[in-house]
Amino acid sequence: MGRYVCGICGYVYDPAVGDPEAGVKKGTAFEKLPEDWVCPVCGASKDEFAPE
Amino acid sequence: MTSPFSAVKITDDVWWVGAIDWNIRDFHGYVTKRGSTYNAYLIMADKITLIDTVKAPFREEMLARIASVVDPGKIAYIVSNHSEMDHSGCLAEVIKAVDPEKVFASPVGAKSLKEILTVDREITGVKDAETLSLGNRSLTFMETRMLHWPDSMFTYLNEERILFSQDAFGMHYASLERFDDEVDPAILAYEAATYYANILLPYSPLVLKLLEKVTAAGLDFRIIAPDHGPIWRKDIGGIIERYGKWAAQKPSEKAVVVYGTMWHSTEKMARAISEGLSKGGLNVKLMSMSEVHRSDVMYEILGAGAIAVGSSTLNNNMLPMMADVMTYMKGLKPKNLLGAAFGSFGWSGEAVKQLEQLLAEMKVESAGGGISVRNVPDGAILARCYELGLTMADKVRSRL
Repeated sequence: MGRYVCGICGYVYDPAVGDPEAGVKKGTAFEKLPEDWVCPVCGASKDEFAPE
Repeated sequence: MTSPFSAVKITDDVWWVGAIDWNIRDFHGYVTKRGSTYNAYLIMADKITLIDTVKAPFREEMLARIASVVDPGKIAYIVSNHSEMDHSGCLAEVIKAVDPEKVFASPVGAKSLKEILTVDREITGVKDAETLSLGNRSLTFMETRMLHWPDSMFTYLNEERILFSQDAFGMHYASLERFDDEVDPAILAYEAATYYANILLPYSPLVLKLLEKVTAAGLDFRIIAPDHGPIWRKDIGGIIERYGKWAAQKPSEKAVVVYGTMWHSTEKMARAISEGLSKGGLNVKLMSMSEVHRSDVMYEILGAGAIAVGSSTLNNNMLPMMADVMTYMKGLKPKNLLGAAFGSFGWSGEAVKQLEQLLAEMKVESAGGGISVRNVPDGAILARCYELGLTMADKVRSRL
């Protein structure tokens, strides 16, 4: 599972960590994130992310 | 007269109570040739409310302007739309002096203000679309994360249709004239664009989404009151339209040639490329980094279609002045550019490859291999530079 970087603010989504504050468990692949998931730092949507 | 500073009336109940910084020229690396203002706003509702504060050294000026309308101790609420220090620098002291009932910020702002200031007070986080009653008036908050910090938000005064937009729609321009219709439109256009290019450009995708959201919500503004520069009360449609244009970053028939030179060889190449670009039908701006500032380069790049970057090689590296502007430019993430690199060297010639690598990292589309020359360019090399300019111009025009 790859890490994805936010093209707006530079936050890196790491599947090994997930996004606990948004209820995303560790081990969740970026592709499996809900479509309405947004960057926890800047609020950008999934389509602003690219593989690291 | 106790103080020469007084508030400026915006509407019957809303006042500008900010500060004018005539002398600031360097805003963390962005040259502000016309100074700036730090705008704060006083809403004389049942719950008297202060929107944002000013940079720390200007606290007394702001308090004096407030005192020309009302005793600052009567302020009930303070709203922080943006926690950057030019708007929050005196917030802790103002909270102490005013002792408001409540202080509001976005959820991120409520956290970051605690990390920025020593503020002995709970800061209430307000969510997107949340409304706050001021008695006879009401505010609605709109989160605008990364426009241009994670904490950023807008506050809308519903009954008066005034948008307090923090840094968005702002500009660095010091003046005693407070409204857009009191300022030369050419200055407004230049400073608003320079501000966008140097502050908001990397967040353009979010600007586009915000504009869509505002349009979908059917919000209309009678006044847009930003945290820097004049208040928009006349050309509101114009500034919103320009934001849409800048954020879209559609390339135009314009090229920017940016270079650093030691003994004029790279400069000769820059001039030959510029002539080719111009002959090919583009408008050209040639900028020597020993003469211009990085933030002026960004103004020119906003909306350009192509960029050519040149550097001599100094001790196996590009010139520091080029590393400076390239680092700055990379951070501001300009999009949809076509690019090329060029430069002269004495013995090793790394600079052109380094520039090409940076252009690739910036996702600038390559217009072809860079031109690197040992020592002084001869007629054949200058002809290649001219050709490169022509080729770039053709490619840009084919993309429009």
